[in-house]
Amino acid sequence: MKRFILSALFFIALLAIWHLLVLAKVWSVVLLPDPISVLEYLKGAVGDGTLLQASLVTMRRLLAGYVIGIAAGLPLGLLTARFKFCEDTLGVLALGLQTLPSVCWVPLALLWFGQTETAMLFVVIMGTLWSVIIATDNGVRNVPPIFARAARTMGSRGLHTWFNVILPASLPFIVSGMKQGWAFAWRSLMAAEIYVTILTGFGLGYLLHYGRELNAMDQVIGVMLVIVVIGLLADKIVFAPCERFLHRRWGTARA
Amino acid sequence: MSIREELENVVPAKLAVDRVSKRFFTGRSGEVHALDAVSLQVNVGGFLCLVGPSGCGKSTLLNIIAGLEKPDSGQVLADGKPITEPGRDRMVMFQEPALFPWLDVMGNVLFGLKLKPGLNAEERREVAEFYLKLVGLERFRHATIHQLSGGMKQRVALARALAPNPRVLLMDEPFASLDALTREQLYRDIQNIWATRKKTIVFVTHNVREAACLGNRVILFSPHPGRIREEFKIDLERPRDINSAQLASYSTEIMRALKGYVTPEVAE
Repeated sequence: MKRFILSALFFIALLAIWHLLVLAKVWSVVLLPDPISVLEYLKGAVGDGTLLQASLVTMRRLLAGYVIGIAAGLPLGLLTARFKFCEDTLGVLALGLQTLPSVCWVPLALLWFGQTETAMLFVVIMGTLWSVIIATDNGVRNVPPIFARAARTMGSRGLHTWFNVILPASLPFIVSGMKQGWAFAWRSLMAAEIYVTILTGFGLGYLLHYGRELNAMDQVIGVMLVIVVIGLLADKIVFAPCERFLHRRWGTARA
Repeated sequence: MSIREELENVVPAKLAVDRVSKRFFTGRSGEVHALDAVSLQVNVGGFLCLVGPSGCGKSTLLNIIAGLEKPDSGQVLADGKPITEPGRDRMVMFQEPALFPWLDVMGNVLFGLKLKPGLNAEERREVAEFYLKLVGLERFRHATIHQLSGGMKQRVALARALAPNPRVLLMDEPFASLDALTREQLYRDIQNIWATRKKTIVFVTHNVREAACLGNRVILFSPHPGRIREEFKIDLERPRDINSAQLASYSTEIMRALKGYVTPEVAE
């Protein structure tokens, strides 16, 4: 409770400083709107449903790409860890493409797929896939060999060993890879939505872009806040419990 | 009832190691002759300790008996059948507990049982409970692995190894990283389990006193190449206390022999 209060005080102080800066007229109100006007915008956008609509569009794109990226990345990562041939081919490709910022896929996606949902999906998958492959590969390689040996003496073989020993043993790496994949996917989708207008759905990135076009700084900052909050929520609701579980089991939690 | 049969069916095996040789190739330094035509027998229900300096091939031999490694030549027979791969009839305890951190204590003990055909979920649970009680950890069945002390972890590993009811228990320095008090308790426990559960045990250690305390026979290995040097019969009452004076005279005798084989190597 004390931590929560401190945390709340910190953010209230931030808002107060912001408000004071606006009152002091350090910058023009066009460039730095009052927190209250941002709040007004958010209230209006929530009220008329644009914000919810945009968030849903964005989340739908994100989840679809993310799930496909993980579903493909996990088995591919297992393959690169298991087979030398896959390591030398797919493994090198994944390592190379992971270093490519996923925004760089946007031009290619546009040329290949046009201004469609497929282009968005493609960008998100490219953002997720490679880091999941590398994290899985890395996780499998870090499994202590003694686990597999112990399992063999108990009669575990082949696929049973992979699903019941190797995969769970590499969970800490896989979860951190999924977290990284999520961050990459989120970033690349925002970039894609800002650059590309797709008529089948206006996401948060589009709202941001639109705010700039209209010089509506309250909208720009309001949407940025929403994006930050969604990111925080994903972390607290999805990843934090997974990590807590792993820390408890592996004994890596801080006291 | 099948669960009674499962728990009361205690049949130790007879092991025969027949001229087993094994070499390792280690990068630049070349070849290590880990085992050179080693032959030995372990009687039904025997407790054999293998001692020797590091590099004498005792752990390699244990791995070969376990089926985790293949000999270059020779073979190992368990009850007359050649060993080609790991099997539930020969369970292994390693120096590290090698417990799975994603499972709780119960889950770890159940792991091997789930792979053993012929038991349903309820029976498996009952068998696991039985062995957890045997190692004195029934209160910790839902504990996570990292909450346990080193000694408790090895007890779980012991319960896990015993659970599929193997005929042979292979132990590779399982107590080496434990403190002296915990070790003494485990010496008592393992002698007790050997007597009641009737396992054939092969126990590898570099601790001569430990070997004298546990084994009916102690076989001394010398390195480069790994060969059997001497065999000692330990005729002492059980349960034995590691601190007893009679035991000390045995371990002094083995230690003297061990030094005899190691010193010339060092002088080289």
